Amino acid sequence: MSIRKSRDLFSPDYMDQKPAKGAAYGKHPLDGYLRKDRIPHIWCPGCGLGVILNSYLRALKDTDIAPEDTAVISGIGCSGRAAGYVDVDSFHVTHGRAIPFATGLKVGNRDLVTTVFSGDGDLFAIGGNHFIHAARRNVDFNVICVNNFNYGMTGGQAGPTTPSEAETSTTPWGGFEQPFNLPAVAAGAGAVYVARWTTFHVEQLINSLEKALKKKGFCFIEVLSPCPTGYGRKVGLKTGVKTMNHFKENSEIDHDADLADVALDPDDPNSKIIVGDFIDREAPTYQDVRGKVFEEARKKLGVE
Amino acid sequence: MMKAGTHFLDGNTASAEGAIAAGCTFFAGYPITPASEILERIANRFPELHGSYLQMEDELASITAILGASWAGRKAMTATSGPGFSLMMESYGLGLMTETPCVIVNVMRGGPSTGLPTKVAQGDVNQTRWGTHGDVGVVVYVPSSPQEMFDMTIQAFNTAEKYRLPVVVLSDEMVAHMTEKVEIPEKDEIEIVDRKKPRDPPEEFLPFCPDEDLVPPMANAGEGYSVHVTGLTHDEEGHPSVDEETQNMLVTRLIDKIRKNADDILEYDEYKTEDAKKVIVAYGSVYRAAIEAVDMAREKGYKVGLLRPKTIWPFPEERIYDLAREGVDSFLVAEINFGQIVFEVERCTAGAAQTYLAPKMGGSIHTPEDILERIEAIEEGEIPQFKE
Ligand SMILES: Cc1ncc(C[n+]2csc(CCOP(=O)(O)OP(=O)(O)O)c2C)c(N)n1
Ligand code: SF4
Ligand SMILES: [Mg+2]
Repeated sequence: MSIRKSRDLFSPDYMDQKPAKGAAYGKHPLDGYLRKDRIPHIWCPGCGLGVILNSYLRALKDTDIAPEDTAVISGIGCSGRAAGYVDVDSFHVTHGRAIPFATGLKVGNRDLVTTVFSGDGDLFAIGGNHFIHAARRNVDFNVICVNNFNYGMTGGQAGPTTPSEAETSTTPWGGFEQPFNLPAVAAGAGAVYVARWTTFHVEQLINSLEKALKKKGFCFIEVLSPCPTGYGRKVGLKTGVKTMNHFKENSEIDHDADLADVALDPDDPNSKIIVGDFIDREAPTYQDVRGKVFEEARKKLGVE
Repeated sequence: MMKAGTHFLDGNTASAEGAIAAGCTFFAGYPITPASEILERIANRFPELHGSYLQMEDELASITAILGASWAGRKAMTATSGPGFSLMMESYGLGLMTETPCVIVNVMRGGPSTGLPTKVAQGDVNQTRWGTHGDVGVVVYVPSSPQEMFDMTIQAFNTAEKYRLPVVVLSDEMVAHMTEKVEIPEKDEIEIVDRKKPRDPPEEFLPFCPDEDLVPPMANAGEGYSVHVTGLTHDEEGHPSVDEETQNMLVTRLIDKIRKNADDILEYDEYKTEDAKKVIVAYGSVYRAAIEAVDMAREKGYKVGLLRPKTIWPFPEERIYDLAREGVDSFLVAEINFGQIVFEVERCTAGAAQTYLAPKMGGSIHTPEDILERIEAIEEGEIPQFKE
């Protein structure tokens, strides 16, 4: 097999064309929110991660929350690299453990507006147990789940969100497991805010992120995202544009959808993708409840 | 903290009170025998102290939560036993790599696997040193009494803050569940160490650039330093790097941070070693039986002494090397496992003395007679090295 020159990322020609570290910095409205010397990022051409990170930072900017009062925590994966680019206190922890780290950080300092930014595999395979428990406790932070239907970073293996028949590098004969319906999982576990968008729905995504940043309690936003390198190439979505068109053509906004019905049909890649601002409810947060119980305890003990 | 004076406490309660005295205001844990009393004590005491007690979904979460809390500026602790400690190996490594101060109490019970939940063992000694993947430098305190559960938990917090790492208090079921007199000093008599804070303004601050003691000052989240913290190999700015040079600098420093400061961290006791020909090495609950064994052996005319590491990592390697050269002809390591510290002792003697093991598989500690029997056997040349 011959290597096509234009795709040889390691050819001297290609390396020469790569911008120097920080060279493009200063030309983008969100530059103040990105770590200058970490740009350019490592993500593939056509990847949806840039859109999602951009949306998060735009929402952050729009809310006027000071960057020094925010923290971003990521696990491991392509999505997990987001923590390395944002110019706020940011933590890139072990695979699956972003949520317990965020729990400790937020409970340790309740003034930090805390957001977990991580992948579908990180949050729902290895980290799935932490997710449901943080939602159950209603700890006050946001979780952005980049659902690219596979383990992107490790080379496109099947995971807990992979459509059941999809061919991946570990399901070379086709898949045979059922994927999670993430909004239903989040709502069932107790999240007070649940939304799903795709990278095609940038404005709606930013609005949801703003809501989540301002809202008290456990907020969950699933973002369907192209991964042409890991997932798309085996399922007929070889480019980011193709996946964006797929999202555009198949999405339907339904804020009032019954979450039991928003599962992405695992057997039909062209089935409807129901997106929307599904759940927005009020419930006392973990810290509010614990604060009350402890206050009562102090009264009983007769201490301040 | 608890009122100063003499109290009658079990080891686990004493450890919880030591944590409180050290300034711990964050605890995350998952119940497990024989460590649960630490969680229960903290849960009971934290409302009045305005502390945060979190009961997590497992030990993976417990240790990760205390790392998060530490970066929020809290003094944080978790407590567990073998099965939970095994789960913690993952983020123990993250804590060491990201230089996150915190304390882990491991109350050892019989293993492997679920093992003997309610009974004593010392099978996790090497796990604290080698259990997480990659090369690390660690600090592990081994208490032998409820008093030391109190004192060493405070020390563990101080060392964690001073050298920026998760520090382990490696207790065992016997020490944790025995009840004894514990002296609680006045608050102002307890030394409390806090992490070094940045001296440079945020624009110039390099969060992983060490001072001469090899420890970098620490900026907590929310203090305006915009720190990036990663478990990947990282440079002094905290940015990930894939080059060998950065790996070499970082990992060497993490190990040297403990190795080169070992004189400050290392602690051990000696008993009747001045003229000893045979030295028992024992730690944790077994130390208590070993003192008695020394006296019994002395009565029989054997010149026996005792070396008792209080920090098992770093290990008193030079002291053993010197003893082996100053006339000790053999060491007998009494431990409740099939030989862990014995290899360390043998290494430290560098062939200048014989090393023997008094093993025990867990369930109970050695009796003084068990140890004495070994001494007599060695005197008579009966025990081949490491056998039985
Ligand atoms: C404990 C552990 N197991 C496995 C890995 C290897 N690993 C790295 S990233 C990853 C998958 C990430 O998938 P996802 O969270 O979906 O992120 P994506 O790359 O798709 O954005 C895996 C399995 C690891 N780093 N740690
Ligand atoms: S592998 Fe997929 S998720 Fe990862 S950077 Fe490439 S396109 Fe994005
Ligand atoms: Mg993924």
